[in-house]
Amino acid sequence: MAQSKHDAIERNVFLMIVLTLLAVSVGGLVEIVPLFFQTSTTTAVDDKGNALDVKPYDALRLAGRDIYIREGCYNCHSQMIRPFRSETERYGHYSVAGEFIYDHPFQWGSKRTGPDLARVGARYTDEWQRVHLLNPRDVVPESNMPAFPWLDRPLQAADIGARMKALRLVGVPYTDSEIADAPAAVVGKTELDAVVAYLQGLGLALRNVR
Amino acid sequence: MADFISGFWNLYVTGLVAFGLLFCLVVLVTNMTSQGAGEPKLQAHVWDENLREYNNPLPRWWLYLFWATVIFSIFYLYLFPGFGSRHSDPADPAKDRGLRAEYAKEIRSANKQYGPIFEKYLGTDLAALSADPAAVAAGKRLFLTYCSQCHGSAARGAKGKSYGFPDLTDSDWLYGGDPATIKTSIEGGRAGVMTAFGGTLNSEQTRDVANYVRLIAGLGSDAARAARGRDVFATNCTVCHGPEGKGARSMGEAFAVLGAPDLTDGIWLYSNSEEAIIDGVTRGRNAGPDSVTNTMPAWKDFLGDAKVHILAAYVYSLNNKK
Repeated sequence: MAQSKHDAIERNVFLMIVLTLLAVSVGGLVEIVPLFFQTSTTTAVDDKGNALDVKPYDALRLAGRDIYIREGCYNCHSQMIRPFRSETERYGHYSVAGEFIYDHPFQWGSKRTGPDLARVGARYTDEWQRVHLLNPRDVVPESNMPAFPWLDRPLQAADIGARMKALRLVGVPYTDSEIADAPAAVVGKTELDAVVAYLQGLGLALRNVR
Repeated sequence: MADFISGFWNLYVTGLVAFGLLFCLVVLVTNMTSQGAGEPKLQAHVWDENLREYNNPLPRWWLYLFWATVIFSIFYLYLFPGFGSRHSDPADPAKDRGLRAEYAKEIRSANKQYGPIFEKYLGTDLAALSADPAAVAAGKRLFLTYCSQCHGSAARGAKGKSYGFPDLTDSDWLYGGDPATIKTSIEGGRAGVMTAFGGTLNSEQTRDVANYVRLIAGLGSDAARAARGRDVFATNCTVCHGPEGKGARSMGEAFAVLGAPDLTDGIWLYSNSEEAIIDGVTRGRNAGPDSVTNTMPAWKDFLGDAKVHILAAYVYSLNNKK
């Protein structure tokens, strides 16, 4: 009896495809789909349900984030503090899902050649970040991070409003006036300003929380 | 995971998991019962003219492994919150399960192990602690983790035209180098403000005063400019830097909180080039959006009392080697 069943499946390509899809989708249906219907993964709360002060990126930070992605910072820097003491002692409170609700795509990463950046915001001064980006060895002689001297040039972000509209399509609640004001907010800024603004905003929601 | 937006999702997860398990069991049982003894049957299909395939039952050892995984999964799903929200409740740490609970456990055991050491150090006078090699070694490790990014791994600082991270080994202190003041600096941070004089002084006056500052610092300067700069300095700079430019602390420790550096001691927070001094005078330091921001962050909340205490002892020890 069992034989005839798998005989039938193997002789019918369409049935085989349907049953294969059903089998491989179970994991996603059980482990991924429920995440879209959980308070802690879709709203700005921490893992204990306390409200977090998480806001969508403003125009300059968003531009900085795009440069962060362009320069491939995620290749060496994660933005995900795991719940281990060895990480929280160094970086601060472990990352929680509610901090990333406006991140499309998130920059969690999986490789740490440099340190984790999930809570680098306000850890150093703006000037330290500027000097360090232009030439890391000016402040950290042992650093093996590449220098990014070209960041000190005018920011090309006339399309920042369009980028914000695209993010609104995937659920970031930008208002019309925020989008309208966005191009003015990045006028006269350098790419360096944008990246520093982005970095200085990272992880503030759970800053100094142990 | 107790925070689904509706109770449906608990049932959904539980239902799918239970269905998956039952399905596995049914497949296993039918496989074990449907294939009795006797001649193995050939399957219908033929490849390459004459290649055919037996339809043998699964090997018994393989089937038993399958059973073992099913039984394991039931225990696993019970212990880990696999059936909906059971056990996982942040409000009740005793019943909490999963990553958050594992983390809390790790912190508890670390506190048990290291807590007494931190307590002992915290209760020790800073000067005495700075003479304790074990405490200094601990302080050095903390320093390398939290402080070396700006102050350098050897605590020698870094400086340039727009940035100045103080050398902590040179016995020169803007706010004071006694243990208590060092601890205060770490706890609350420092944000020394140099007023921006770009709006008050014209570029000639700025260059003049920069030359005067280089003169009193014993650096090369233009004599005519320095002579003119002396008056500019007397009018604008002495309030913080003192009449002789020997810094706020030269006027008494009550002025130490200003943090204005001694300009004559040959020790520089920022670069001492003429251009860098002009930049400092014009834009100031920590003096608004056009200025550079260079502050010492406050560490009390992040590190807690004990670690700040140990760090203060380490920094104090750098200048007061026994």
